[in-house]
Amino acid sequence: MADQSITEDSIKAALADRLKAIHVEVQDMSGGCGQAFTTLIVSPEFAGKNSLKRHRLVNAALKDEIALIHAWTARCQTPDEWARDKAASGGPEGPSFEGTSDGKVTGVDQ
Amino acid sequence: MFSRTIISRQLLRQTSSIAARPAAARPAFSTPQPTSLLFRRLLSDQTRQAIDKAVGSAPVVLFMKGTPETPQCGFSRASIQVLGLQGVDPDKFAAFNVLEDSELREGIKEYSDWPTIPQLYVDKEFVGGCDIIVSMHQSGELAKLLDEKRVLVKEEGEAEGAKTE
Repeated sequence: MADQSITEDSIKAALADRLKAIHVEVQDMSGGCGQAFTTLIVSPEFAGKNSLKRHRLVNAALKDEIALIHAWTARCQTPDEWARDKAASGGPEGPSFEGTSDGKVTGVDQ
Repeated sequence: MFSRTIISRQLLRQTSSIAARPAAARPAFSTPQPTSLLFRRLLSDQTRQAIDKAVGSAPVVLFMKGTPETPQCGFSRASIQVLGLQGVDPDKFAAFNVLEDSELREGIKEYSDWPTIPQLYVDKEFVGGCDIIVSMHQSGELAKLLDEKRVLVKEEGEAEGAKTE
């Protein structure tokens, strides 16, 4: 089982290891309690999979971790999509801030 | 049965926050006996059947935290807002508040093999959680899906034409 302390680093390491992610951005939105993360995951394993399948891959890879946190957001891209988006927006877009207000997740103490 | 929230056309259109008007009476989801922790992790036939029923109760079903009128979590709020923007027909929509029922709250995760709430079903098929709903909304896929499934309000006189951007 994952131990209690889930950090940006532990999530990054897990994704690099289990999903062969070539790039992971993790942001702790919880203000330190380690309960809310938003991520951008770039992995070649997403190729040819729709959004639901990609999220299912991530959910499976981080099963224990996600069970322990309140709020989990992921954007899943293949390396090609990531490169294309970066080129289009002139820089990395970063993880999604959906479900947050001003970058903070609401309802965490629910 | 889990309690189902049916929301008015008006509400779905502008889902922001309107004074708390909790969902109608809720026949408690019957929990026969206190179950052990070990047991609670398994989806009982009874729970599965109740969820089957909930999933089939309307063409568009959202399992969420709180009610459409008063979502209790940003992700549930974002999801209900998207459905409102898309113009989902309230007559074809049902929302279930997982906070009202711990068995539903845990059961739906296993049922869908999905670890988080909210969860969207269209025609009994699992679509995804908030991230997927929002990205499908942005890409136009959601509009296409909802249109194909004929679950959007028909454009009638009623102004407020801006459904999506």
